[in-house]
Amino acid sequence: MSLDFNDETFRNDFTFKNSPKAIKRFPFPFPEDSYMYSVNMEPHVPGPKGSVFEHMFDVDEHYVAEMRDRAQVLADDPLRCQSLPHMELAGWDLLELIMESKARDYPQWFELHKNGNHWHWINRPLQIEQKFTFMDPTTLPCGPMEYITRQTQGDFTLQDQRDENLWVEAGMVTTQADWSLDFDIGMNFHQWHAPVPKAHEMGVFDRALKFLLKLQHGAPVRRFNWTMTVDPLLDTSPENYPKWGPGKTTMTPETIGSRQHLRVELQTLHRLPRSNAIAFPIRCYLIRFEELVTVPKWGRRLHRVIRDIPDELATYKGFLRNKPLMVDYLAQFDDGAPTSPGFWAD
Amino acid sequence: MSVGAPKIPVVVTEVVQVNDLIKRFRFQRRDGDAMPTFSGGAHVVVEMDDHGTRRMNPYSLMSAPSDTSGYEISVRRDDVGRGGSLYMHTHVQPGMEMVLSHPVNLFPLDNRAKKHLMIAGGIGITPFVAQMAQLQAMGGRFELHYSMRSPALGAYAQVLKAHYDDRVHLYYDEEKQFIDLKNLLKGQPLGTHLYVCGPKGMIAWVRATATEMGWPALSVHSEEFLAPPVGKAFEVQLAASGKTITVAPNQSLLEAMEANGVEAPYLCRGGACGQCETEVHRCDGHIDHNDHWLTDEQKASNTKIMPCVSRFAGAALVIDR
Amino acid sequence: MTKTEFEPSIKSRPVYGVLEAAPGLAHLIVADGEGADAVTEMIARAGTAMLASTHIIYMPGPNGCDKSAALQALGAAQFRSSPSFAAASSRLAKVVADAHMGTQIYVAGTEGLIAQVCQAVAAQGLPYESVHTEHRGSTVRRVQCVHCKGITENVTHDPFKCSHCGLSLFVRDHFSRRIAAFQGVNIDAEDPGLVPDSVERFK
Repeated sequence: MSLDFNDETFRNDFTFKNSPKAIKRFPFPFPEDSYMYSVNMEPHVPGPKGSVFEHMFDVDEHYVAEMRDRAQVLADDPLRCQSLPHMELAGWDLLELIMESKARDYPQWFELHKNGNHWHWINRPLQIEQKFTFMDPTTLPCGPMEYITRQTQGDFTLQDQRDENLWVEAGMVTTQADWSLDFDIGMNFHQWHAPVPKAHEMGVFDRALKFLLKLQHGAPVRRFNWTMTVDPLLDTSPENYPKWGPGKTTMTPETIGSRQHLRVELQTLHRLPRSNAIAFPIRCYLIRFEELVTVPKWGRRLHRVIRDIPDELATYKGFLRNKPLMVDYLAQFDDGAPTSPGFWAD
Repeated sequence: MSVGAPKIPVVVTEVVQVNDLIKRFRFQRRDGDAMPTFSGGAHVVVEMDDHGTRRMNPYSLMSAPSDTSGYEISVRRDDVGRGGSLYMHTHVQPGMEMVLSHPVNLFPLDNRAKKHLMIAGGIGITPFVAQMAQLQAMGGRFELHYSMRSPALGAYAQVLKAHYDDRVHLYYDEEKQFIDLKNLLKGQPLGTHLYVCGPKGMIAWVRATATEMGWPALSVHSEEFLAPPVGKAFEVQLAASGKTITVAPNQSLLEAMEANGVEAPYLCRGGACGQCETEVHRCDGHIDHNDHWLTDEQKASNTKIMPCVSRFAGAALVIDR
Repeated sequence: MTKTEFEPSIKSRPVYGVLEAAPGLAHLIVADGEGADAVTEMIARAGTAMLASTHIIYMPGPNGCDKSAALQALGAAQFRSSPSFAAASSRLAKVVADAHMGTQIYVAGTEGLIAQVCQAVAAQGLPYESVHTEHRGSTVRRVQCVHCKGITENVTHDPFKCSHCGLSLFVRDHFSRRIAAFQGVNIDAEDPGLVPDSVERFK
């Protein structure tokens, strides 16, 4: 493995860790000392150099290891990647968007050469070289969405737009916060968010849907979501809940700093040109509490957010059981000093 | 268009007089780059500087969606309208620089359809031209029924017939040829989707007939852009920006806001998409709700207005912009 | 007996209406158990003219309720009494595949039946929401185990043991139209063996 990428695991011995550089650029999701649902979308425009917003699709030190983990999840359960028949065109749109973005943003790692529909793709970190015919799925080893998302960090869903709604009808979902693509595929926007408490009554999904139906090509947007994960486990799927659920029960004050992770999703939304579908990359970033509190502002703020979060939300996000342990641990990093607005480290 | 959404700077590369009423325009990027691909049924908003008046009209894209070298639209001349189409017909020449929005699709194909049945009236043919090209490339099943006044005014009829052969059916009003809609709707396989684009009366007729014949509303799709109607001048108070503006007879409220430096969101500028929906704080008078977006109850309550097409007459109108 | 009233729930949980005849070139009606009453009531309101272009497929409900005689007596152009949905499903698939636009489709009876008919119809491209539905009779559920993917029919208790993998599952209201089932999730994953008492929630 090259020096750019970590040799690490997200299962069994859990050797995942963030370098000091990765901690510094971690997308801490709380702009203030408390949290409640909101639509909170902003244009997905390039952010500061070195930040996770610098490029359309962030490639970081975990890239190669995450792709290895994805391949293992798919080998165990191929239903984690599905595309209903009418979504193939959207898959090509996504493949084009990602290949063009990566070749432009990371020329040292990715190259794309086009001669009409004859495309030549080079992915150096994963040692892949592929010549294929754009829009001809028989020239790729698998469907276009699966092909490119086996080479791109984060989960992906593709939403068809019709009847004034969005329908989740294709996806690659192996790093999810406890939802099942196999069960949810085919649902509309309200159906697939149905289990989320409170937010429907607050009108969050009505507003978000209205906004997304008008999302324009060339003007992607982004937002954050977050939850908690015990051990650096990318695949917290409902399918495997009996396997990872028990891990929550063995947490102690001694292990919480090293085993408890804040899990942040950087979600972006892109209108796709040929299919009129919306691509929804959900990029997961993990950071252990020990790493997070090395940034004093984040330690103080996370303590306040977790301490004050309603139990209903903590239950939905699956960490009510360990909330007291978290609050006790984080309290030692909160001296009561005021925090500056915004999520950037001071 | 959302405020801040990117636009495409283009140059006009071709203007073709298709018949007495219709001209076709081709646009290419000024920087020589490729245009974005698009989905059949999409439109772009064309920005015009009509001697100091900024006009922004939506036109369906009719070039092949996979053709990234340029976009084509067709414009039907409307001699009694507000002037957008007249401007395109009389002033726009090859070499002129213009600005387009990115494509927006309010009339997409349902890609799950077992078959696409298309009904076009007059200039309503344009979105179908792009959709058929896309379906042809993807191997989709489709059938077009295209009704027009006469062979002379049937833009693209012969070209389409020659290209798609028996998947295209032509009807000329002057020759007393009419679409036998009931028979047509009778024999379609389950999973067929029906699309109609044309004059208001045609859309209403197709929708009513389909309902009567047992077609589910979700299987029937239509697109009708309204040209913003002309009317009498009126005054509007913009609460958020603290301005009072006058909307001229041949100007829309949206255009008047833009002319006064008040940015408002929009996509279709034709009363269809809902993007420019605006709260009404006070309405002492009558709003002419010309849009297809608000429900009848919303229209009756006068709590919202679509500034792209709707007008006002009365003592005072205060809106949230 | 009238249509079943369900508690308000989350947005993925289906809601059902009351069968009303709609204009159409042909009518396909599928019912089980007490759903037969919804069909006879609809025809009583709409008049018998539609029967000449109506095809009825009927099966007993999961509670054994069988009203096939009453439905057969309506005199529809085609009538089929099947012992079960499984036995009727190939006929249903063929009829739907051969149907044309303008065919109105009605389902009345239990949730499992409604879901599976809508699923078969949607697979042929007719919008899922265009099927006319009314719930009558048993409220037992069809539940998919999210872990092993096996579907257990006629679930009455919550939690219950997956009939395929044996895990104890709690029954969510989260419902997949594509799979035609509610979701069952392991209740004692975090504390193996700590399973709450099973309650009869669906009758």
